[in-house]
This record gives sequence, C-alpha cells and structure tokens, in this order.
Amino acid sequence: MGALTYFILIHYEIKSPEYIKNLVTSKQGKYISLAVILLLTALVSYLGISLKVGPQFTLLYGMIIGGLIGGLYSMIHAYAAVYLKANQIISATALNLFAPAFAIFTARFIQGGQQIIFNSQFMIREFPILSDIPVLGDLLFKRTYLSFYFAIGLLLIILLIINKTKFGLRLKACGENPHAADSLGIDIYKTRFIAVVLSGVFAGMGGVIFVATTSAEFSATVDGFGFLAIAVLIFGNWKPTRILLAALFFGFMRTLAAKYSLVPIIKDHGEFVQFYNMIPYITTIIILAFFSKNSKAPKALGEIYDKGKR
Amino acid sequence: MHKIKKSLNNFYQLAKPSLIAVAIGLLSGLVIMFIFSPIDAFPALFTLILGGFNGGISGIGDMLYSAAPIIFTGLSVAFAFKTGLFNIGAPGQMMVGAYVAVHIGVLASPGAFPLWILALLAGALAGAIWGLIPGLLKAVANVNEVVTSIMMNYIAGYLVIYLINTYILSLGDSASRVIKNAARIPQLSSIFPGSSANIGIIIAFGFVILIHMILHKTILGFQLRASGFSFDGSKYAGMNTKTNIVIAMTISGLLAGIAGATAFLVAGKQIPARFNIFTEGFDGISVALLGLGEPIGALFAGLFLSNLREGGFYMQLYPFVPEIIDMVISVIIYATAISVAIQLLIKKYGERFKAWRKSKNEQKGEAQS
Repeated sequence: MGALTYFILIHYEIKSPEYIKNLVTSKQGKYISLAVILLLTALVSYLGISLKVGPQFTLLYGMIIGGLIGGLYSMIHAYAAVYLKANQIISATALNLFAPAFAIFTARFIQGGQQIIFNSQFMIREFPILSDIPVLGDLLFKRTYLSFYFAIGLLLIILLIINKTKFGLRLKACGENPHAADSLGIDIYKTRFIAVVLSGVFAGMGGVIFVATTSAEFSATVDGFGFLAIAVLIFGNWKPTRILLAALFFGFMRTLAAKYSLVPIIKDHGEFVQFYNMIPYITTIIILAFFSKNSKAPKALGEIYDKGKR
Repeated sequence: MHKIKKSLNNFYQLAKPSLIAVAIGLLSGLVIMFIFSPIDAFPALFTLILGGFNGGISGIGDMLYSAAPIIFTGLSVAFAFKTGLFNIGAPGQMMVGAYVAVHIGVLASPGAFPLWILALLAGALAGAIWGLIPGLLKAVANVNEVVTSIMMNYIAGYLVIYLINTYILSLGDSASRVIKNAARIPQLSSIFPGSSANIGIIIAFGFVILIHMILHKTILGFQLRASGFSFDGSKYAGMNTKTNIVIAMTISGLLAGIAGATAFLVAGKQIPARFNIFTEGFDGISVALLGLGEPIGALFAGLFLSNLREGGFYMQLYPFVPEIIDMVISVIIYATAISVAIQLLIKKYGERFKAWRKSKNEQKGEAQS
C-alpha cells in the first residue's frame, strides 16, 4: 500500500465541511457565498488555539468559535442580499475584500507581523484497535484529524435536515419556486436569511480546519478554497452525496500535486511541479465542461425575491 | 449655460450613489483607525484622501502610472458586466498579458517597428486568448464563467512561474529579467519629473472612449447590452447570443491583457517568480462596481482607487498598514450594493428631520404670538 494509501488518505483536504456549506446556501437560491469568512474565523480561532487545553479539545472549540464568527460575518451579506435586495455578487465581493484586509490589519497591529505561527498538533497518529483493520484502518484511522469525523457527521445531519425535516423541505421550496412557497405561508426572507447564515457557520468551521490542519501558521490566505468549493458544488450537482465524492476527488488531485515526490514515476520530474499544481484546476474545468449541460441548479438560484413578481 | 447646468445636474444624479458610498467608506475607515489609534486617525485620513497629491508633481505622476492598469482591468470587468457576464478572471488574463509582454520585451530584438507597441499588442492578444477560453466554455458547454475564470487565474499563476523559470529568469532577483529600453512604454518625464508616469494613462483614456463608443454607438454594443439585459429576450429577437458571449469575454480578456502589459513594460518592473495573483486584477472588480459598470465610470473610479492606494503609501508615517485601503474600498463597494436602500433611508430621515424642524418652528411661532 505504502505511498498509494497515503494519497487516498488526503486527510487535510477532504475533511473540511466547507464543501458542504455551499449546499445549504444554494438549495435556497444564494450564489457566491463567502470564501474569506474563512480568514476572519481563522484569525479568531488562533486565539483559541493559543490557549493550551489539549489539542483535540482546542480544535473542537476552535471550530465552534470559527462557526460563530462565520455566521455573524455572513449576516452582513445575508441582510444585504435578502432584505435590502442588493446584488449578491457585489456584496459578496465586498465581504471577500474586507476579510483578508481586516485579518492582516489586526494581525499586524496586535503582534507586528502578518504571519501567526502556532503549534499544530491536532493530528491523531492512530486509533488503538480500529487502525488494525486491514485497508480501512490505514485509510480512516491513521494519521487523521478529528475534524474528518466531524465533517462526515455534519454531512449526515445535513442530509437528514434537507430531506426529512420541515425546514429542509421549505429550504428546497424556496430555492425552486419561492413564489409558490410564499403563497403557502412560508417566510421566504427568513428561510433564506437562515440558510445564508448557516452557510457562513459551515464556512467558518472550514476555515478553522483549513488553518489547523494544513499548516503551522496563519498568513491571511485560504488559497482560493472558497471558490473551489463552488466548483465542487456545481460538480456535485447540488446533491450532498455527490458533493462528498467530488470533494474527495479534488482532495486527491491536490494531494497528488503537493506530494508528487512520493510517486516513483513522476518523482524524477520536479521541473514540472507547476503543472502538477495546475492539475486540480484544469480537471475542474474539464469536468465542469462535461457536467454543466444538465446541471440541476435550484431554479431560483441567484435571484432576488420580489413579492410583486408573482 | 442652462444646458451645462442641466448636464452637471444629470451627472450628479448619476454619481450620487457612488458619492454617498465613498463617504460611508471613508467614514468607516476613520472609525476603524480611531479604534486602533485615536490620535493618528484624523491626519491619516487626510493623507489618505490627499493620496498622490502628497508627493507633489511626482506623486501625481505615480498615481497616474498606477491608475492606467486598474482602469484597464476596470474596463475589462465593466465590459463583461454589460453583457451579463462576471469576469472574475481579470487577474489571470492580466498575468498572461504581462508575461507575454515582458517575454517580448526581454528577448525580442528591436526592429523598425517600435518594440513596446509589439509587446503591448502581444500582451493584449495573450489576455484575449485567456478570456476566450471561459467564453467558449460558457457558450458551448454552459459552464459557469465565474468558476472557469477563477480556475484560469490559478492556472495562469502556475504557468507564469514555469515560463519565467524556463525562459526569462534573472537568478539573483528570482524574478523576470529587466526589459530592454526599447520595450519601455514612452515616459511622460517632461511633465511629471521623477515619477514612473508613462503614456499608459493616455492609452487608457483612449480605450475608455473607444469602449464607450463600442457599447453605446455600435450594433455590436447594442447586442451585447441586450443580451446582458435579457438573455432569452435577445435570443428570441434573433441575436446570436452565444457568439456575443465569446466576443464579450474575448474583448474583456484583451483589456485585462493590456493592463498587464502597461503595468510591466516599465523600467525596473519585474514579474516575481513565485505564485502571486496580481491585486490589480481584483481591483478591476472594485473599479467596475464603483464606476457603476460604465466605461467612463471606470475611468473616474480607477483614478480614485489609484489615488487612495498612493495615499496608503504616504500613510506609512502613521501606525496603520496599507490594508486599511482595502477595508475602505470594500465598505464602499458594499455601500454601492445597498445604495438603493441607503438612499431610501436618507430620504426617510430627511423628511422626518424636516417635519421635526417644521413642528419646532410652529411651536416657536405659537410661543411668540
């Protein structure tokens, strides 16, 4: 197994619920949600991480703080897009610009530098008994993060909420035909607002996971992960389980680029490292070209809800 | 005389949302600075607004130099906006444009034809090709142009590092080699001594007028705007909407490509050989939004933004990092997004205030009588 297993592990990439967050937003009709909520949260959760209470506990409450901040920050966007009928792309662009600037500004002001270095020890080396299971043990229970299981759990909960509860069905109705939903007495504005804020919560958690698991420092960038999440969402055709598969695929591709030296065949061609880095983005474009024709996007996606248009 | 007054009034009505937004943005910048360092907040804000004018003639020259690329990226994004497309790929198009221009500026030998024009045109062409790809994918396979152009940004970022490393690396600087003198865009050093100001700003001004003409006076422009206004409507009217998408994205990419060329065909400018995505590209989005999606708006917004950025440079006297400008700009953009609501709010409270004044005056009148 060796090197091959390592690739399929790809722990840090697949395990962020960031990919899931777009699901909730899009189901009810919001388009660009905010990648860089991630940044703000990352900055705040750094404060959490720096208090020392055992790494796994720190990661968990870091994620909770991150989720809270993400939710609060997305309210600015939600209020403008839902209640003030502003153009979502414009308000999202504004928030995307604000977050990294604010993160760098405060980081420099508080501690004089843009980089925040912390001690990353969130990786769980292996689980005692479970890791002895052949193949699966290597895959799921070695060199892993708690956030992975958290994300899987969250995905299951979201699946249940969207498909089985009253709120989930209302959410879908708002995304497909808001006017019909309105005529049945559903508060479109409230439902949409909640959905955008929830997406902010998930994005915030994704931000904490991103920072805590990919590096040992925070430097006010998320490498376009938020945008990649939108690509994954379209690739996954707005369906939770397919989004999980799409996210796994991208995680695999990115890990391949990052750890190319572990594969014997391409190890000797380090000069092409830039091309390995391009692979995830090129494959995204190619795959989207095949999948976009029969895309099942929610019908009211990106539309401002106007009662009078019925 | 009356006509001038009327057109001025029209202009004011058009620019009013932007002006309100700018005021809100600067005010929130002041508040943020006040929280972090109350003593320095007011002078810093003054420096910020003064911008390039802090540095006298050479400061203004530098402001004009850095304005040219962001006017071009602003035009690029605004042009796509008019067609209902969101070209978030301006940074990538700008990067390939810059690379190709610098490649020619370093390697080509000057001939009869001025090298800088050749480099500029090649940069434009590279940007156009980079914009063509998302356009084609959108038209043929219905791929969302936002996602593809973001992906194209990253691909451009990695491609440019590879190309620099392979062809035009200057080992000592870990950046591209310095361009030949003949490849420099002619400077305006007689007007703005001591600054990098070049005729890029004049070219930008020309393109603003050209794009304005194309959009508002030609059949192509009408078709592009029509498909931006109602895609299905223009399709039923018999326009070839798919071709229009491709054309719009290509022109948009071409403008961003020129932006890259004008930014780097300058003495002492080298493209770093590490992964970075040009901020001027993203500034294009701000400029287009601030300019209300119009080419002429993009000109003013570009000058304003460039002035603010110069202000950020001079502001380093104070304990604030230049990132404050991004914060101010983002608040301005947010305020433009909700400008309709803000205007309603101002109107509502204005009327309340008038009614309150009136009732107070009446009370006074009663008391006197």
